[in-house]
Amino acid sequence: MMTHDQSLIFEISKEGRIGHSLPELDVPEVDINHLIPKEMQRTEAPELPEVSELQLVRHYTALSRRNHGVDSGFYPLGSCTMKYNPKINEDVARYAGFAHLHPYQPEETIQGALELMYKLQGSLEEITGMDQVTLQPAAGAHGEWTGLMLIRAYHEANGDFQRTKVIVPDSAHGTNPASATVAGFDSVTVRSNEKGLVDLDHLREVVGDDTAALMLTNPNTLGLFEEQIVEMAKIVHDAGGKLYYDGANSNAILGITRPGDMGFDVVHLNLHKTFTTPHGGGGPGSGPVGVKKDLVPYLPKPIVAVKEEAGEARYYFDYDIPDSIGRVKPYYGNFGINVRAYTYIRTMGPDGLRNVSEYAVLNANYMLRRLEPYYDAPYTQHCKHEFVLSGRRQKKLGVRTLDIAKRLLDFGYHPPTIYFPLNVEECLMIEPTETESKETLDEFIEAMIQIAKEAEENPEIVQEAPHHTVIDRLDETTAARKPILRYTKEA
Amino acid sequence: MHKRLAKGEKKLKFRYLPMTEQDQKQMMDTIGIKELEELFQDIPKEIRYDGRLNIEEALDETKLVKEMTRLAETNINVKQYMSFLGAGVYEHYIPSVVNHMLLRSEFYTAYTPYQPEISQGELQAIFEFQTMISELTGMDIANSSMYDGPTALAEAAMMSAGQTKKKTILVSKTVHPESREVLKSNAKGQNLHVVEIDEKDGVTDVEDLSAKYNEDTACVIVQYPNFLGNLEDLAAIEKIAHQGKGLFVVSSNPLSLGVLKPPGEFGADVVVGDVQPFGIPTQLGGPHCGYFAVTKKLMRKVPGRLVGQTTDVNGKRGFVLTLQAREQHIRRDKATSNICSNQALNALGASIAMAAIGKRGVKDMATQNIQKAHYAKNKLKEKGVEIVYDQPFFNEFVVRLPKPIEEVNKELLNHKILGGFDLSRHYSDKENMMLIAVTELRTKEEIDEFASVLGGIK
Repeated sequence: MMTHDQSLIFEISKEGRIGHSLPELDVPEVDINHLIPKEMQRTEAPELPEVSELQLVRHYTALSRRNHGVDSGFYPLGSCTMKYNPKINEDVARYAGFAHLHPYQPEETIQGALELMYKLQGSLEEITGMDQVTLQPAAGAHGEWTGLMLIRAYHEANGDFQRTKVIVPDSAHGTNPASATVAGFDSVTVRSNEKGLVDLDHLREVVGDDTAALMLTNPNTLGLFEEQIVEMAKIVHDAGGKLYYDGANSNAILGITRPGDMGFDVVHLNLHKTFTTPHGGGGPGSGPVGVKKDLVPYLPKPIVAVKEEAGEARYYFDYDIPDSIGRVKPYYGNFGINVRAYTYIRTMGPDGLRNVSEYAVLNANYMLRRLEPYYDAPYTQHCKHEFVLSGRRQKKLGVRTLDIAKRLLDFGYHPPTIYFPLNVEECLMIEPTETESKETLDEFIEAMIQIAKEAEENPEIVQEAPHHTVIDRLDETTAARKPILRYTKEA
Repeated sequence: MHKRLAKGEKKLKFRYLPMTEQDQKQMMDTIGIKELEELFQDIPKEIRYDGRLNIEEALDETKLVKEMTRLAETNINVKQYMSFLGAGVYEHYIPSVVNHMLLRSEFYTAYTPYQPEISQGELQAIFEFQTMISELTGMDIANSSMYDGPTALAEAAMMSAGQTKKKTILVSKTVHPESREVLKSNAKGQNLHVVEIDEKDGVTDVEDLSAKYNEDTACVIVQYPNFLGNLEDLAAIEKIAHQGKGLFVVSSNPLSLGVLKPPGEFGADVVVGDVQPFGIPTQLGGPHCGYFAVTKKLMRKVPGRLVGQTTDVNGKRGFVLTLQAREQHIRRDKATSNICSNQALNALGASIAMAAIGKRGVKDMATQNIQKAHYAKNKLKEKGVEIVYDQPFFNEFVVRLPKPIEEVNKELLNHKILGGFDLSRHYSDKENMMLIAVTELRTKEEIDEFASVLGGIK
């Protein structure tokens, strides 16, 4: 018998209740049958809930209390950069002058919005060392696909139709090979060496005149800087390929090094990681793409540009990009998210952004050194903004990394990323970010040490975790075998 | 070199950075380094950035608010002027409660709900969203959201090609022009062939569709209500779409489905669109929130995240991300879509709005759009403005004016009116034609004024 302690909104619905106040219908009402043919009218009303405003508020407040965000507690989810989401960003994005603009308003009525977009493009160009940025892509994966389509257009313009392969390291995010496939490429995996870095000999083997691009995250998903990046860039460029920078880990390098200087030709940034826009429970994000000069002609249109008119700057959408790959997103990207990111960049300035990366890296190294006596650290060099541990020592005691993650829930933490990257056994990937205090890091470290001890002395407590959450471990197998993807009113 | 880095900050300058000098020293001792710089030794000197980023200086909060206010107030927003713009993005009533609930930071500061035990709130909210979209569209299943309507439409085309193993996408010219542009960019990646179906009298030319449909057709895509505001004859189009193996894809404004018969009842295989009309501000076109609904048969082909109901070890109901074998992080290069982040928070906002508006309200709100738009059409006709099509429509219709719409809209601005969309931007045969949207927010008085001004334009 299934029980529950949280109703669905449909289960508290009662006929006749309303939670809104629509405007009056102040025009003479005409019989709807004279306006819409009967056969085009719906006969059965959609089963939307009927609740009062307070019921609605209680419902969503209750749901929010069954959710953990960065504001609830530490969230060291590797490769996701779960840093603080500043409140002022939320205020600014809600200013009527940003929130209530229509995308088809005349340009002269949205000069402030265009100026913001232009300045954000410019800031991101400087931060990444690229020549031109587009703000159109909606998220990281969308940026990856856009960047790869740009590379494809570039090769095809050169008559290089045989460049069908995208090289991706074995530690890459799953979106990399998926984006390559969706952009019409085949992906080829390049191995990592024992230091956790790309195996250069293997790279030389797989690179050829069929190479379209190498996609790389640097620092990589193990949190390690690919120190041979200059050599790698040379190998790929000599073969006629392009270098794609997955910006998921940019939080380690702001003001310290730039993808453009490392030799990358295309970059995407995840503004919802590095630039503090909230993850929103899975989105919306924003994934601007920056490119070097020779790829500029293929950028999606429009780009925000500026010209001088009667001694004044006039911002406009430039659609004059004849070789453009076309449009990747309606309108101009996730503007509301871009407003937040620009607000953040203006808050931090050049020194603040550099501090961000310095402290993110310091925090990660501190945690790594304090945890390595208790968990296996497969890579011992200094890490960047994140690091990986392996739970293989605990696995021998019958405690899996999944159990460790679940046990952390009892301490009020969101667990690290687990079982990724794929090339580390029982992987735990930890990213503290720069916005966490030393006290928070210390408390988390103590919890991790306690769990390591429990694994030795009292493994059941870890294996059976969590003990203090609103729900226990869920039956995911049945969920996938007999999917129930919507509520259906019981007859 | 790197002197600033080696010394660290003398004082806490940034409110988001809690590192004190003492913290820094203790942490460096634990690590066994003397200078922060040592942590960056693995970055080769030749690619180190030695300068200071050439971006604008940091602002304190007061100056920041001032500067961002300046930028915002340089714009004219749709709350200041009377707007008749639609064309895919609509200004609607947003209950105040929506924003209050969205500001519960347990929602907006959370990541994707990969740890279900501490993400039940988000997971349940998405499950409810999936249900509401299924209800509105008349489909079996809906996913947790897509970036926006147009990218959802492009994904529908790619899913159709994958499902049918066919390469031709038939899309009506009455589908949003920017959706078709996004579709073409995506099709190129997948080497699909996009063929456009002509428009006739403001709707899809059924004869042209019939002529272009062949055994390589992966899907037929139409929009309902279409980009010109008119209602397509879905029953007739469905017959053609299903005469071979092709799928029938309908892009639909979900608000209109409060009154209109849903595409699911016309035999659509996929219904996509944007839930922006429910609680999401226009914000210059994004972020909005795409939806993607399908029949049960296509359940395992859906792109993006799906939430399913299950139980925990004690038999208590709970929710999890499910059928993840479809997704990029599992399938990697075998994935048929690369979507990862979606628009979860906006799906939540739309759910709250849909719940507030409710079963009765959605019909009332859709009806108001129909009534007010038809009133506006008649009023304009009275004032001598030419109405271009004689088709049933929802909340948008097309007028022809004596001069280019760009010029008309400049004149309208002087009257504090944001005129409709200039169709000549996308249709060479629609010079001087304006697409006018009238939602429940326009009052009779505003519509009358608009009609007078527009009728007076010579």
